[in-house]
Amino acid sequence: MKGIEIYIAIAYVVLGPLLGGLLDGFDRVITARLQGRVGPPLLQPFYDLRKLFTRRIRPVNRLQLPLIASHLVFAVLTGVLFFYGSDILLIIFVLTLASIFLVLAAYSTGSPFSTIGADRELLLMTAYEPMIIIALVALFGVAKSFNFYEILSSAMPIYLYLPGIYLGLVFVLQMKLRKSPFDISASHHAHQELVMGLTADMGGPALGMVELAHWYESVYLFALVLLFFSSSWVSAIVGLSVTYSLIIFLDNVTARVKWQRALSIAWLVTLVAGAGNLIPFYLISRGTP
Amino acid sequence: MSSIERSPWLIHYDASSCNGCDIEVLACLTPVYDAERFGCIVTGDPKQADIFLVTGSVNHLNAPIVKNIYDQMPEPKAVVAIGACAYSGGVFAECYNVSGGVASTIPVDVYVPGCAAKPESILDGVVRAAQILKEKEKAMRATRKAERKGRKAEGAQR
Ligand code: SF4
Repeated sequence: MKGIEIYIAIAYVVLGPLLGGLLDGFDRVITARLQGRVGPPLLQPFYDLRKLFTRRIRPVNRLQLPLIASHLVFAVLTGVLFFYGSDILLIIFVLTLASIFLVLAAYSTGSPFSTIGADRELLLMTAYEPMIIIALVALFGVAKSFNFYEILSSAMPIYLYLPGIYLGLVFVLQMKLRKSPFDISASHHAHQELVMGLTADMGGPALGMVELAHWYESVYLFALVLLFFSSSWVSAIVGLSVTYSLIIFLDNVTARVKWQRALSIAWLVTLVAGAGNLIPFYLISRGTP
Repeated sequence: MSSIERSPWLIHYDASSCNGCDIEVLACLTPVYDAERFGCIVTGDPKQADIFLVTGSVNHLNAPIVKNIYDQMPEPKAVVAIGACAYSGGVFAECYNVSGGVASTIPVDVYVPGCAAKPESILDGVVRAAQILKEKEKAMRATRKAERKGRKAEGAQR
């Protein structure tokens, strides 16, 4: 396994957007079919991105573009560290930094919509971070490692040990990917109370970079899910497709919640599914040395 | 195919429509008409939009808003005036506060007829506007290229 990590990390930088864009494209097609529509072509996200980067627009202030660029850079860096096999615990901090840059960029515009969107994004971060940290601690408990490849090659059916943690993680992924019922900070659909939320006042290349960073993020988030199903090829494929479908399904059948609700549900889930899984697991594994 | 033609994002503004045309615009997004087939996304931010859909007549109160939205959109952009009101003021043309159709404030590229305009014809208008955008983009590129050449020639002369 040694030595190959660097190539996987480089492949991630090059091919990550391709994979992330395809995930997004499938999402939009499946969503349209669920709603009884034909929907856009599969490659629509790429057309959108190409257009965004050809648009020439003056940014609203001097701070916005550098902040968004930092968001993109740190989102890519998170993935690179992840696939390079760095300590996952470190990666969580870089991931948070990336989100903070996006929030700062939204604050910098001064538009009321993006300000509220930024507020809500911060609240969402406080809602999902505890669950992510619990998930990592639990993964360490099973595989005795914080390294992506070591956990991956431990080839244990981790989902059997940590079903609650897995469900909790899917729950917070819904927040991280800004899917309904937690798309309270920003949305692709204009007909909501926040208009564009976080991405209001970001036009052309600025929005393109946010979109690109989102694709990079979704790739390593799904790689994180993969860790739970790494025992065989079959379980990996089944696990990932079930997770992906579940996220899209939930996105379509739920209505947006208020932020108070989002926060309290997330913490409840973290407590019940996360800690409720972690504590018994620890007690049992300590009993059987 | 130009990228802008494949992903024309829309912004919709109700100038002073009776709401008839607006309901039809929203109908375009429903499963039956499905504007997303053409890559359309309705955005709320003029900076992200390529096509401006205006319904209703323009009056003295909302003319600056129409102008403001139009000015915020990046070039190239297209304007679709939807319904009889957006064309000439329609049934409201005689009102003391109405200054006329959308063209009284900003340049219009496509007129969609009807009172209210049908969703099919609105979609047709959007698709035409996307083609117009493509032409505008081509023209913009050509002028930019010519400008660059001109500047180079100037530099060489010096
Ligand atoms: S054209 Fe007719 S339906 Fe449309 S806004 Fe005017 S009066 Fe209403």
